[in-house]
Amino acid sequence: MPGVSLTINDQKIRVPAGTTILEAAKELNIAIPTLCHDKRLSPFGACRLCVVEVQGRKNLPAACVTPAEEGMNVLTESPAVVEARRTIIELLLANHPLDCLTCEKSGNCRLQDYAYRYGVKKTPFEGTRDPLPLDDSNPFIIRDPHKCILCGKCVRACQEIRGQAVLGFAFRGPATRIVPPLDTSLGESDCVFCQNCVAVCPTGALRDKYLAGKGRWWEFQPESVTCPFCANGCHFYLLRKGGKVVAVAAGGAAPGRPMCLRGRLALTLIFCEEPPQPQIKTEKGFAAVSWTEALGLEELAGKLWPK
Amino acid sequence: MRRILVCAGTGCVASHSRQVTARLKAALHAHHLEDKFQVDNTGCHGFCEQGPLVIIEPEEILYCRVQEEDVEAIVTEHLEQGRPVERLLYQDPVTKEKIATYNQINFYRQQSRHVLKNCGHINPENIDAYLAVEGYQGLQKALALPREEVINIIKQAGLRGRGGAGFPTGLKWEYTFKAPGDRKYVVCNADEGDPGAFMDRSVLEGDPHAVLEGMLIAAYAIGAQEGYIYVRAEYPLAVQRLRIALAQARERGFCGEHILGTDFSCDLHIREGAGAFVCGEETALLASIQGERGMPRPRPPFPARQGLWGQPTNINNVETYANVPLILRRGAGWYASLGTAKSKGTKIFALTGKVKNTGLVEVPMGITLREIIFNIGGGILEDRGFKAVQIGGPSGGCLPAEHLDLPVDYDSLTAAGAMMGSGGLVVMDDSTCMVEVARFFLNFTQAESCGKCTPCREGIQQMLAILTRITRGQGREGDLEQLEQLARVIKGTALCGLGQTAPNPVLSTLRYFRAEYEAHIRDHRCPAKSCRDLLAYHIDPEKCNGCTRCRRRCPAGAISGEAKKPHTINLELCARCGTCLDLCRPKAIYVE
Repeated sequence: MPGVSLTINDQKIRVPAGTTILEAAKELNIAIPTLCHDKRLSPFGACRLCVVEVQGRKNLPAACVTPAEEGMNVLTESPAVVEARRTIIELLLANHPLDCLTCEKSGNCRLQDYAYRYGVKKTPFEGTRDPLPLDDSNPFIIRDPHKCILCGKCVRACQEIRGQAVLGFAFRGPATRIVPPLDTSLGESDCVFCQNCVAVCPTGALRDKYLAGKGRWWEFQPESVTCPFCANGCHFYLLRKGGKVVAVAAGGAAPGRPMCLRGRLALTLIFCEEPPQPQIKTEKGFAAVSWTEALGLEELAGKLWPK
Repeated sequence: MRRILVCAGTGCVASHSRQVTARLKAALHAHHLEDKFQVDNTGCHGFCEQGPLVIIEPEEILYCRVQEEDVEAIVTEHLEQGRPVERLLYQDPVTKEKIATYNQINFYRQQSRHVLKNCGHINPENIDAYLAVEGYQGLQKALALPREEVINIIKQAGLRGRGGAGFPTGLKWEYTFKAPGDRKYVVCNADEGDPGAFMDRSVLEGDPHAVLEGMLIAAYAIGAQEGYIYVRAEYPLAVQRLRIALAQARERGFCGEHILGTDFSCDLHIREGAGAFVCGEETALLASIQGERGMPRPRPPFPARQGLWGQPTNINNVETYANVPLILRRGAGWYASLGTAKSKGTKIFALTGKVKNTGLVEVPMGITLREIIFNIGGGILEDRGFKAVQIGGPSGGCLPAEHLDLPVDYDSLTAAGAMMGSGGLVVMDDSTCMVEVARFFLNFTQAESCGKCTPCREGIQQMLAILTRITRGQGREGDLEQLEQLARVIKGTALCGLGQTAPNPVLSTLRYFRAEYEAHIRDHRCPAKSCRDLLAYHIDPEKCNGCTRCRRRCPAGAISGEAKKPHTINLELCARCGTCLDLCRPKAIYVE
């Protein structure tokens, strides 16, 4: 096997050629923080939180996209690295609403985790972002642009896994935002509610509407289940609170195919004790319908139980 | 037949050179001189400030700022009677002498125009004009050599990328040549977007075939069958001339299938960019050609291995390609004899700002800044004091007077905290506030950041906020340290060249003009008297005769006083518009 040997934090390791520094460090149980990286998605290198010091290099390369090279000497927590990470977190917090007290994502938020890890309590910078409306137009997903850190995971999840490409980057400079086509709302878009974007979002920018108010992450006992409704085998969480299944949440994006609404709804119907009433999109907007109709089982039901 | 050359570059066209051409043709017709004189449009001469420019050949008389109504005088006095029209000649800003011919003007005399040799002298819309000056002979020579040999010639010539960072061109070609892959591409970066720079535009407008020839030679050397010219849509004239040149090159067999009867085939395409500065960054440029959002991606893999559609791709900028035919024609040894040990050849600069002669200048590498600014540029406007020169655009830095004797080459500029960049040279006099200069360039980069990586998108925005506060007199202790800390992190962690170099204007001004920052923060004073919010208008009671002119005309109602008694200005109401200063006859109003 062609491989390269390198040193990370004084530990030697040999990895196959093409392995990134991030993956090599993981083998040594060295956790490098990442916000925009997801091994199921294409490499992006945008958040720069995973920068590390490589001896002999002037810049701090991003570990998630830098291949390990023979003889590399990597430091993952050097003073320069920690300064850079702290600054990046502070910069992200400058435009981030610090409402962790009521944020649905609290306890399950990567930004929060890393602020804790690097002791960032407040930001020395003043935010400048204009107020943006909360996008509540989609029946399954809440989009809060203020909490978006532009890591682009949702964009890649939407484009690479689903092939739907509903989300994309728009504008530039400090005005950059992630938007549905033509900067409309998720409700008006071609979103199929697969929740891949929600599953990968590291902050509270994209949230599952069905989970709203049902509890905080640490109150749930998540159980991983595989959806049995087709051969693709998407992975979901059953969220239990006090022994009762309160919701079904998307576990993570399955490559090549969306986690379909049907699987999600059907799991909810099977497992939740009090499943919320489903809605479908009609020409007039979203309408609450019966489970039979939402699952497209009317014809079948009509045959089985003729009126 | 004698030739009359009328510049048809963007600058001269904007000052009505097309109308001058039309009027000249009409006048020649009226005076029955049509068979003696031929009027030809050329590309940019580089002396745009003096445009529209007209040259009469063969005597090389240069007429400046020629308007339609001057045409009659040129025809009757010069063409018919042989007396040059003196009032249209160039006047030396230093000696005030009138100078008749092109080559006697300091601005041109001290340049070494090799790449720009054809610009302003041949009709860029006519391939025969290019062929008449040995055009496409470089390509012919290259096609007779093995590919490796062509790459070797470029390596021996020592050509380095003129796009800014100065990577050795031959080495880049070699990487692309050796990269595995059947389909390879050549790409020309014509996305010049630096404020105040127009080198590439002038080459494209004035000598488009040279760029095509350079690209075709590169395509042959690396084994590419296809190429793209990514040109700014804001350069419509350059796009138009490129289209004409490309069509002519195809027609004559210099481009397309079986070039010059050989086995080598390569077609070139033009892609218009939509005006994003970041698309000058090579990976963003490639994304843009592919129809994606122009965002850079991490390197490696470098485009030489995985570029356009994942195939090996060679990217050079316009000026680099324009150097290539010269090297093939005149030899690597000749080329390497120009310039310095590590920076070979010549470099084109766009000389602008507070300098007497502004325009495009081509000089050998290693020439000093002083020679460019004071000899070619004729010195500082209004003979004010030189303060700094901003070199390399938003990625570069400001160098003070103590660096005037610095030889201009890649490495010495980088060591001094600036960079070659694409070659913008903005000269600043003592009325320029260096904090404001840093703010200006940062304002540009923050607006042009693609927004992908955090340090660039958020960090530059915060640096700009601090600088803006300082220029408004709201600077705080610790601001400079915070600027330096942010600059360090942004430079160290940003994804692409745009972000990594964005803090340079701030760092270089902090390095050379730190006292000016401190004056703004601690004393709320702008030493250059340029930051409006820090100016205070006062009336000298001894000089004021109470004429009431200023009081009546002050738009903010900030001036009070009785007639024939000294007036006063209420600084809280004063809008610092300067109206009173201009109005005051006894010069009693002063600014601090």
